[in-house]
Amino acid sequence: MHKHTSEFDPHLKDPVTKPPLDPHLKALENEAIHIFREVAAEFENPVMLYSIGKDSSVLLHLARKAFFPGRVPFPLLHIDTGWKFPEMIAFRDEMAERFDLDLVVYTNPRGQEEGIGPFSHGSAYHTDVMKTEALRQALDAGKYDAAFGGARRDEEASRAKERIYSFRTPDHKWDPRNQRPELWNIYNGNIRRGESVRAFPLSNWTEVDIWRYIQAENIPLPPLYYAKNRKFVERDGMLMWAEDPRFQPLQGEQIQEGMLRFRTLGCWPLTGGIRSTATTLDEVIAELEIATVSERQGRAIDRDQAGSMEKKKREGYF
Amino acid sequence: MTAPANTAALAEVQELPEAEAAKAVRDSRPLRLITCGSVDDGKSTLIGRLLWDTKAVKEDQAAALSRDSGKQNDLGLPDFALLLDGLQAEREQGITIDVAYRYFSTDRRSFIVADTPGHEQYTRNMATGASTADLAVLLVDARAGLLEQTRRHATIASLMGIKQFVLAVNKFDLVSYDKSVFDRISHEFKELALSLGVRQITAIPMSALKGENVVYGAGTIMPWYDGPTLVQALELATIRTATAGGFRLPVQRVSRPGESFRGYQGTVAGGSIKPGDSVAILPSGMVANVKQIVTFDLVRNAAVAGDAITLVLDRQVDVSRGDMIVSLDGQPMTGLGFDAQLVALQPGGIEPGKRYWLKAGSRRQRVVVQPVSQLELSSGKWKPHAETLAMNAIGKVRLSFDEQAIFDAYEQNRATGAFILIDPDTNNTVAGGMVTAKRSDLGGIHREGERVLLSLPADLAEELMASEAFAARRDDVDIRRISGQRSNEIFETLE
Ligand SMILES: Nc1nc2c(ncn2[C@@H]2O[C@H](COP(=O)(O)OP(=O)(O)O)[C@@H](O)[C@H]2O)c(=O)[nH]1
Ligand SMILES: [Mg+2]
Repeated sequence: MHKHTSEFDPHLKDPVTKPPLDPHLKALENEAIHIFREVAAEFENPVMLYSIGKDSSVLLHLARKAFFPGRVPFPLLHIDTGWKFPEMIAFRDEMAERFDLDLVVYTNPRGQEEGIGPFSHGSAYHTDVMKTEALRQALDAGKYDAAFGGARRDEEASRAKERIYSFRTPDHKWDPRNQRPELWNIYNGNIRRGESVRAFPLSNWTEVDIWRYIQAENIPLPPLYYAKNRKFVERDGMLMWAEDPRFQPLQGEQIQEGMLRFRTLGCWPLTGGIRSTATTLDEVIAELEIATVSERQGRAIDRDQAGSMEKKKREGYF
Repeated sequence: MTAPANTAALAEVQELPEAEAAKAVRDSRPLRLITCGSVDDGKSTLIGRLLWDTKAVKEDQAAALSRDSGKQNDLGLPDFALLLDGLQAEREQGITIDVAYRYFSTDRRSFIVADTPGHEQYTRNMATGASTADLAVLLVDARAGLLEQTRRHATIASLMGIKQFVLAVNKFDLVSYDKSVFDRISHEFKELALSLGVRQITAIPMSALKGENVVYGAGTIMPWYDGPTLVQALELATIRTATAGGFRLPVQRVSRPGESFRGYQGTVAGGSIKPGDSVAILPSGMVANVKQIVTFDLVRNAAVAGDAITLVLDRQVDVSRGDMIVSLDGQPMTGLGFDAQLVALQPGGIEPGKRYWLKAGSRRQRVVVQPVSQLELSSGKWKPHAETLAMNAIGKVRLSFDEQAIFDAYEQNRATGAFILIDPDTNNTVAGGMVTAKRSDLGGIHREGERVLLSLPADLAEELMASEAFAARRDDVDIRRISGQRSNEIFETLE
């Protein structure tokens, strides 16, 4: 595969023949690139959270564009809970290799030692320790003063309130009642030692924008987004992937087999699949455009209670 | 219930006309708008209604909504405000504290809408929403009419360069759809808007709760109203075009991936550029030619306002973050003193003589702020005011820099005329400001408490009096029309 990152003379690039982006996506792309450059210039030690899903894939693509012809000037951080789909891990490593990225993989050592997992400890505790606590540990360990995330305001009601530069205290707390005003595209990057910001270049993107951009830019995605014959069970109204050795069917549960894909990616025990025949990007988008439920619907974490995302975010969840 | 819901959706595809709408290709940038007005005028309800009627709310979100609220309005629909008031504190208090951004589209266009808080205490969050908006929807409760907060929001919106207002005379169901109420409020509002220099005004009688004149028309309830629904008005609105004027590239960072390449990265903030064009680097004033415009996709033969680019010049010049690369013609203003208007956003206000950080584009520098006057909202008049500008005050100020500053007038270019002030003690953003003009010091003519007699040709005086700086301080000025000879006599008596 062609490496853009090691070339300094743009003339050496292959001519690109794809049609220009429509103005709506172009405006979103320009805004995201602006944010990437601003953070990279203003902060000493930024990092990009990389969760391997479609939003992360778009984020990575935009980062490569923002710093071209240079390479992405900060590391990518993946918080590995130990319960990710193997297809995600393979994809992550392939991307790091192909695009010459600094990849940092972090797993909470305490959780690993205690064998914390969603089945033995419950999904809420698992997420707290292996995701939220792990993220805090990793950010502290790397002494990062800025962290890019792929969150979008259209995902959830408390995310709709996020600034593009979201200020965090030294213990990673978010105070939604007292956010800094954020006027025009002028971002306030003044912080003290120990404090940090989370920066969200995709704030103004919707799920449809993400998919249309992936299509227009031909961005590689983990194969989990496409329907494939997979084994699964139906549990609590969720279609749970059942091919991992750690998977145990509950009493009376039937392992089924059929065409399944995922709308969002995460820990496989917490991420519901959907029955689908969409094996190409066009088909995925066609399904999306008539979808009547939101993408987070498959996620166990958001369903607990109203305001659960806000609570997690206050505690340092992305 | 992921799977069943989705299968159901697939099965329904032929019957749902809105599936068509979602597919339509949007061929323009999204329109950004804000809703503003006083508490309880129905801002959150209106946006909820917009999202609902344009099908931007998904089934599971709607289910969560009725589950959380437990309450439904008398139409059997969920409480729309809860779609927007996403913070726990907001739900508990039933108010909007911070701005929420939401996204919806019709088959014509896509929209980014900012729902802003009505409480005066949270004006800063309203200003946050207004700074990037192309259009403001001002709500009033039909029973109450215009309130001070409506005026404040209209004023801030117009200061921030919003040139299109929609007046939503809301809760019209509660005034028996009475035409005279609409006529009275819209007349009063048009006078306010015109006094603010806003000429594009659409007034719409509306019930956000019932969805009348929002996305759908009001049927036969208001036969006397034949204007557009809100969505029709929004579809027709224009997006603030970047600007006439010269090329502007605030340099965000210098890209030096290797010895052979040096590029200046930033977002074009005005005008356009192509290889071969001559440019100046401000503040140094050095001149170079553009060799290449580099982007990831291809080497481009032109770039226009809004494009995030990397510029390569034909010679070694000293350029760093915070500099601005500009066309030789139509350069921005550079200098140590500027006049500006600002909104104070934090409890401490803006103190005279204090050194703040000012950030404009990618340029951050020290500044001292001297308040000159403050806008009195009730009368719309600027009153002399040299002390601290309290939180939420709108003031005219003088900015004094240690090092060269680079600005366009905000009227000419929103991107290069805007700035924020950062308090070095708290690191918080304490003001949003708009540059009006460069201050010319006339060789140090300004001294506190002293007056200057000018004798000017009448036509030049007229031009001077038409300027905004003059209009703002009209009350401080004495004017007499006299003959040239009489003027000479007076000046002689002074010597
Ligand atoms: N009758 C009636 N009530 C409305 C209308 N719009 C909003 N309301 C009610 O007014 C109250 C305040 O609305 P809300 O949207 O929270 O106002 P905000 O403070 O401006 O965001 C709520 O109880 C709404 O149900 C309307 O058009 N008609
Ligand atoms: Mg509200």
